[in-house]
Amino acid sequence: MNKQDTKVTSVPSPHGGSWRGATFHIGGVHPAENKLSAASPIRVAAIPKQAVFSMFQHIGAPAVPVVKMGDEVKVGTLLGEAGKGLSVPVFSSVSGKVNKVDAVLDSSGTRRMAVVVDVEGDEWEESIDRSDTLVTMKDLGNITAEEVVNRIKAAGIVGMGGATFPTGVKLMPPPGTKAEAIIVNAVECEPYLTADHRLMLEKPEQILVGIQLIKHAVNCPKAYIGIEMNKPDAIKLLTDLLKEKAAQYPGIEVVPLKVKYPQGGEKQLIDAVIGRQVPAPPALPINVGAIVQNVGTVYAIYEAVTKRKPLIERIITVTGKSVKNPSNFLARIGTPMQQLIDEAGGLPEDTGKIIGGGPMMGRALMSLEVPVTKGSSGLLLMTEKESRRGEVSPCIRCAKCVSACPMGLEPYLLASYTRLKNWDGCEKNDVTSCIECGSCAFTCPSNRPLLDNIRVAKQTVMGIIKARHMESITKK
Amino acid sequence: MNVILIAVIVLGSIGLVAALILFLAGKKFAVHEDERIGQVQEVLPGANCGGCGFPGCGGFAGACVKAADKGSLEGLLCPVGGQPVMEQVADILGMKVEAAAPKVAVVRCNGTCESRPRIAEFDGAQSCKVQQMLGSGETACAYGCLGCGDCVAACQFDAIRMNPETGLPEVDEEKCTACGACSKACPRGVIEIRLKGLKNRRVVVLCNNKDKGAQTRKACSVGCIACQKCVKVCKFEAITVDANLAYIDAEKCKLCRKCEDECPQNAIHAFNFPPKKSPLPTSPKGGGDKSSDY
Repeated sequence: MNKQDTKVTSVPSPHGGSWRGATFHIGGVHPAENKLSAASPIRVAAIPKQAVFSMFQHIGAPAVPVVKMGDEVKVGTLLGEAGKGLSVPVFSSVSGKVNKVDAVLDSSGTRRMAVVVDVEGDEWEESIDRSDTLVTMKDLGNITAEEVVNRIKAAGIVGMGGATFPTGVKLMPPPGTKAEAIIVNAVECEPYLTADHRLMLEKPEQILVGIQLIKHAVNCPKAYIGIEMNKPDAIKLLTDLLKEKAAQYPGIEVVPLKVKYPQGGEKQLIDAVIGRQVPAPPALPINVGAIVQNVGTVYAIYEAVTKRKPLIERIITVTGKSVKNPSNFLARIGTPMQQLIDEAGGLPEDTGKIIGGGPMMGRALMSLEVPVTKGSSGLLLMTEKESRRGEVSPCIRCAKCVSACPMGLEPYLLASYTRLKNWDGCEKNDVTSCIECGSCAFTCPSNRPLLDNIRVAKQTVMGIIKARHMESITKK
Repeated sequence: MNVILIAVIVLGSIGLVAALILFLAGKKFAVHEDERIGQVQEVLPGANCGGCGFPGCGGFAGACVKAADKGSLEGLLCPVGGQPVMEQVADILGMKVEAAAPKVAVVRCNGTCESRPRIAEFDGAQSCKVQQMLGSGETACAYGCLGCGDCVAACQFDAIRMNPETGLPEVDEEKCTACGACSKACPRGVIEIRLKGLKNRRVVVLCNNKDKGAQTRKACSVGCIACQKCVKVCKFEAITVDANLAYIDAEKCKLCRKCEDECPQNAIHAFNFPPKKSPLPTSPKGGGDKSSDY
């Protein structure tokens, strides 16, 4: 990135000075960006021959299948209704016949309930508007906030940055809280990934309408779009568009951010953009007046509300140093990863590890038959050499992990406590605040598997807290 | 002189009042601990392994005394001390205990390096728990042993060791106290605490795979495919198939070993039997060379 590009990104801040290079205040690392596919426009991936729709594409209770073997489905047909509690429905992204409803290997590495559809043709449900014309708030007339949230819920939208939290729930602030700022997460701080970047370049106005819809839904006058400064073209495009149509899109501001991982973390982004700190769990971003939505989610909201289109496709980056054509695909959910790799030039021979998501937080896949899900932001083919972990040596107490931790934790301590099974110590040292960003393991000169251990502690301590909570309820 | 007197009187009266308060508080909030708890705790092994299901030997002693007051020591067992210790405990409490059948830890997985091919390589922290969180492990079986030795680390009696050739843990039956620490440490529940059986002889399904048969076969050559053949051949109704996995009830099993011969996957194994004699000429089935002598 040259200096001239960054000049245009400087925007006056309401707090005086300029926004240029705002960032979060604790920790952080800067891995090599490797945005290989940034210049490659979004391509529509071919419709697969067989699509697999996992019922576990979101956080919370799994969806419950409502189709059975042999049923005819169209694009947009409901396959699984939302389960009890925190859950969302799952829709078909292809037309054809249901092959089976069974446990299938998915990106979690285990076999879980899914609906498999054999594709025939490409027939869409009539309720979906397939046109490409831009629908603005004006065209929607007097749509109520409730209706917006209902359409989002009915479309099965989840956070598309990877966390897959049901969006409809996020847009209903609990009583006693009020949204004061919508923050659109267009940071894309994971190395390699460029899906959000391309989306902003190709659908800027749709995203702005999406932001207006969210503002309308939670009755919040102010929205910020947080973009890291390694995407100067996206910052310029959106800033210019907002300047040009200031009357049409009021109260939206682009905030250029310094490049630092994990800025895309919800709490880090809130700190970077509005300078507020979210307290330790169970506090939520809404407790400091913020609602964070990924830019991909915003686009899905636009499509769901204006076109009545459920969440059936998403943008996914297929990339890697040896990949022939690192690409951004608009892929139907349920497409096997193998097909996307083929379309990007085939599986390179020196592939050592295949990761669903980005290199920092992604998960190694056990098979290429794994389907694209609502949370699949990328597919990274690492070379054999890159994928090896270094040899583990003893901790030298350099405290690099402590300075890198964006949550202000002491990773070396938590990892030792885990090995000693000192769960009380882990709890006292706030292991539940860990966002599992992997900055500690990334920065460790001794290659210690810090995150591996901390994850065990986090899960165990959360189990202990839950058990304690249940006990106190039953006692009462 | 007067000053000294006042000081003595004031301090003396404060002391008296404080002593009175302490005395009353001591009476009111007195914690009465049953002296039998201490006595019971003395005869316990003091390993604090938690195998009894209580937090340490102190917790177990308390539970014994409570149970004795209710009239029965049933369901309470110190797996480490076993029958002799329980008898001592019963003596102290003036109760009787019925003989509890001895138990032993059994690793219900026979997915050796040969029978269960590796499809991936795990180079993260060497812990089964970590591997379990990240997916199905190095093999395609999502139920079998992960091979990182969490059970070995959990054992306080040095009774379980990894066999580097098979990649599976092996239990030393003489050292095993059936405290269950390994069973709890295993994130996949592969290890079962099972009745030791007559003359230590046991017939066990060495598999924990709950996938459908075809899927199991792909992952492992000695996995239970839930074909039900063992259920049909068993005359004592000791075998049930639940969630695509056969299970032999140790209490009903009469150790006839018919199921072992019947199993097409060699998933059923017999422990501690004398080697089989050469097949009788009248026997319709050959074989007899099954490697079951662990």
